[in-house]
Amino acid sequence: METIYSILNLLPFEFIQYNFMKNALIAVLFVSPLFALLGTMAVNDKMAFFSDALGHSVFTGIAIGVILGLQNPVISMLAFAVILGLAISRVKESGTASTDTIISVFSSISIALGIVILSRNGGFAKYTSYLTGDILTVRPAEIAAVFVTLVIAYILWIKIYNNLLLVSINQSFASSRGINCRLTENIFVVMVAAAVMLSVKWIGILTINSLLILPAAAARNIALNSKQYHFYSLFIGLFSGIAGLILSFYADTSAGASMVLVSAGVYFITLLIKNKIR
Amino acid sequence: MINHNSCGLCRIDIENLSVASGSTILIEDINLSLHCGELTALIGKNGAGKTTLLRAILGERNYSGKISFVSHEDGKIKRPSIGYVPQYMTFDKSTPVSVADFMLACKSKRPVWLGNRKDDIEKLKERLSVLDCAELVDKRMGDLSGGELQRVMLTCALDPMPDLLILDEPVSGIDVNGLDLFYKMVSSIRDKYHIAILLVSHDLGLIKKYADTVILLDKTVVAKGEIDEVFSTEAFKSAFGYLE
Repeated sequence: METIYSILNLLPFEFIQYNFMKNALIAVLFVSPLFALLGTMAVNDKMAFFSDALGHSVFTGIAIGVILGLQNPVISMLAFAVILGLAISRVKESGTASTDTIISVFSSISIALGIVILSRNGGFAKYTSYLTGDILTVRPAEIAAVFVTLVIAYILWIKIYNNLLLVSINQSFASSRGINCRLTENIFVVMVAAAVMLSVKWIGILTINSLLILPAAAARNIALNSKQYHFYSLFIGLFSGIAGLILSFYADTSAGASMVLVSAGVYFITLLIKNKIR
Repeated sequence: MINHNSCGLCRIDIENLSVASGSTILIEDINLSLHCGELTALIGKNGAGKTTLLRAILGERNYSGKISFVSHEDGKIKRPSIGYVPQYMTFDKSTPVSVADFMLACKSKRPVWLGNRKDDIEKLKERLSVLDCAELVDKRMGDLSGGELQRVMLTCALDPMPDLLILDEPVSGIDVNGLDLFYKMVSSIRDKYHIAILLVSHDLGLIKKYADTVILLDKTVVAKGEIDEVFSTEAFKSAFGYLE
């Protein structure tokens, strides 16, 4: 960690002299590419709503952790998110017409249940920071966890991306080529759940879904193929993450929300470019 | 009966196949054989179970019964490899995936987001040129017309060459010229390669023109055989009325 700090000290910016800003910057450098990567497929597969529901499950995850007396609620958050994710994906697969409604029900229950449990005896105040997130609370151990997730995500992305792409284009066609559609989608669901749960404390429940969706949504406005799509999404994700963090430092605002605003700005710029070139 | 490129030995056998959803029986006790070098048309009213049967063959639905492939080379019995050309392509048309990305995702283990190699693209162009559409290779999937998309899917479905090619209602979204062209291509595939083709269609005129045998489905196989034979059965008349 010290080595990374000393490298960052070489940067000629005022904000970087604080250790909490260094941690935050490193976290952004890991989280943004992770979300940009997963976002490309979440948008392809029309799963925006789904990842939103995952974000909402955070409070119930924490509540379960509190009931079980866990020191670190990330474990129960992750477990609950994975279960919820797999359940939703099952519903989606069954092809019921009202998938959106069912996801909505899941989502409502998991946010309400969490708030009810955590607000008992008026103790909810200490959890409200999860709503908007606080990236300045990043600790080195958490950075390590995100880094490991990022590495695993890239390895999985190399292994399953082609299959995931075929499944998102046409499931029956993917089946005809011997792809296990359910397994492929479930791996993806678990990846998204892990990414969201590990970083929601920094980014915030209210804004985390935008961080997943916006870079990819902006990228697909201008990309013509998978390579461009990934490259643009990564670039936009990193740019918005870093720019948002720096803006939030000087304007003294929420980092997560600032990042989302920057990426929303990029989204509209790409939308203009799209209308120009088509 | 005309056997175009049939050795008469390779066939896909479906035996006692049934599919149920909860307590509802969708299709039951289906017995049929699809022979190599033959274009078999699967017809039936809406809700007769055509899609369910396809899903079972594709392995997307649980079924009871047996689906097996008997090869002429060694007479061994195995699961047939399947090429599938889907009916609707309901993917998001703004998805940034090029034809090359899609085709290489089918073929190669190398993740397509790393970009595509030049010689891979050349090979794809060669394969696409068989169906006269090499120029599509760099286009986005979402920008293709219905007919173009179908030719790309057919090209994918034929590589590697499957034991059974399934064409699911390949008429939607194509103009008449494109349709005729498509069927001519399918016919030439049947003549050239050693595979069985199963065609699901509503277009009885086209079936009359191109299919070798017909299977009429209504929960189970109610008629099968040569076209005129099936078209003159009572079951056919009650399903489709009289054909001019």
